[in-house]
Amino acid sequence: MGRGGQMEVNISALFHRYGQREALCDITLALRPGLTMLLGPNGAGKSTLFALITGLQKVGRGNIHFDGKALASNRTQVLSKMGVVFQQNTLDVDLSVQQNLAYFAALHGMSIKDALKQVGELLEQLELTERLHTKIRDLNGGHRRRVELARCLIHRPSLLLLDEPTVGLDIASRQLIFDVVQDLADKSGITVLWATHLFEEVKPQNQLIVLSKGHVIADGRCRDLLTLHNQPDIEHLWQIFMHTQQKVK
Amino acid sequence: MANFHAYAAKGEIMYWRCFVGVLTREMLKFWQQRTRLLSALVRPLLWLFVFAAGFRSALGLSMIEPYDSYILYEEYIVPGLSAMIVLFNSMQSSLSMVYDREMGSMKVLLMSPVPRPFLMGSKLIANTLVSAIQVYIFFAFALILDVQLSLAGYLYALPIIALLSLFLGSLGLLLANYIKQLENFAGVMNFVIFPLFFLSSALYPLWKMREANEWLYQICAFNPFTSGVELLRFALYEKLATQPLLIIIALTVITFTFAVRSFRPKANKGRFA
Repeated sequence: MGRGGQMEVNISALFHRYGQREALCDITLALRPGLTMLLGPNGAGKSTLFALITGLQKVGRGNIHFDGKALASNRTQVLSKMGVVFQQNTLDVDLSVQQNLAYFAALHGMSIKDALKQVGELLEQLELTERLHTKIRDLNGGHRRRVELARCLIHRPSLLLLDEPTVGLDIASRQLIFDVVQDLADKSGITVLWATHLFEEVKPQNQLIVLSKGHVIADGRCRDLLTLHNQPDIEHLWQIFMHTQQKVK
Repeated sequence: MANFHAYAAKGEIMYWRCFVGVLTREMLKFWQQRTRLLSALVRPLLWLFVFAAGFRSALGLSMIEPYDSYILYEEYIVPGLSAMIVLFNSMQSSLSMVYDREMGSMKVLLMSPVPRPFLMGSKLIANTLVSAIQVYIFFAFALILDVQLSLAGYLYALPIIALLSLFLGSLGLLLANYIKQLENFAGVMNFVIFPLFFLSSALYPLWKMREANEWLYQICAFNPFTSGVELLRFALYEKLATQPLLIIIALTVITFTFAVRSFRPKANKGRFA
């Protein structure tokens, strides 16, 4: 698989509201090459943060910079280097796997030849080669998720955003997706932000950002956070954070 | 940003590939939804074969522009029914935008690095192609009733169908942004499609309407769909209706501008997120 280089994302003093409801409050964080887990319960603000990073929603207050550049003034450059798996299924169910991937590749200006080559490699890695001509409608949830992951990698992004990519999947599919992403982050050095509400998905070596009620309540290497809070494992660490959340209430 | 530099060097090619991608997707979906083509044709064909047969004697037609002689009612309504095909297809397209938004696939389009006006324009052109295919199939059916126009007339109609489709497609895009749920599309039928169609010169000449009610006549004359129908009617008879042409061009520019603006990301709204 080809690699797209590295990208750094810096978010500073980011706020976001839906009417009177505060979704994000004073978020300041930096995403560096490698895998960063964004852990938070439902309603913590993870999807809102994704919507702001991807530019699907406008940043009202605060800044998001990609390699020092704002999205608004460098939309083409930034989006051409960004790959996203949304929480919601975004595949066209009436089209086949190949047609969905070719459509996405075209939207990023890739040639059919390059796209098909890349698609072949990705599908092999994600064990989907035999599903190339299957309509999305006829795929199970695990396969659909894999297609979404393949799609967001076609254009060799430098920044990968995954919004709860394994929700509702069986253990084998979850493990496969995790292994592919971890491998990508380790070997290519691309920047990956993986949002989840499942603490089991966080590994000690991962960078970890914990989001709760729109606030960042922890940010650092998971192993360091375990030491800092004197906890034996991530499950216990998570319980500490949830206790903190209760206090925020 | 090594990756971007590779793209930047082939800017025009990137736009072209993106356009072809959008066009291919719409054509694939159109081909897969063949019942959509059937239903798009059944409606105007029923009007042409059934409604027109019944109303032929009831509606006397005087000789009006662009016709050089008296014509049958079937011939009169062909341009109006063609415009109706474009109208319904454009609204169908806006329905598919609402569907795409609800299903999430709209995000994939909006995340393309290509500017949104270009993406919207590509979708409109794809919609125009679908409309043109449907209209020309309808023209073929009209031959059964001896409604045959000159080859030049059919050719003149093509850019007008494209323009009308761009206008109505832009209107559809604009509406798609304000239709929050798929279920609300019935409202579009009642409040947009039917008034536009029935309060126009598609089915009856405006002087007929004036005989019945001056107010209704004024509304019909003001209706932009009337301009579209008359523009198409004149084109089919190898004539140019300048005023309707200017009206439709101006409205296309305005509706497209607002449609594109309405698809810009907004703060404090969760619609596309």
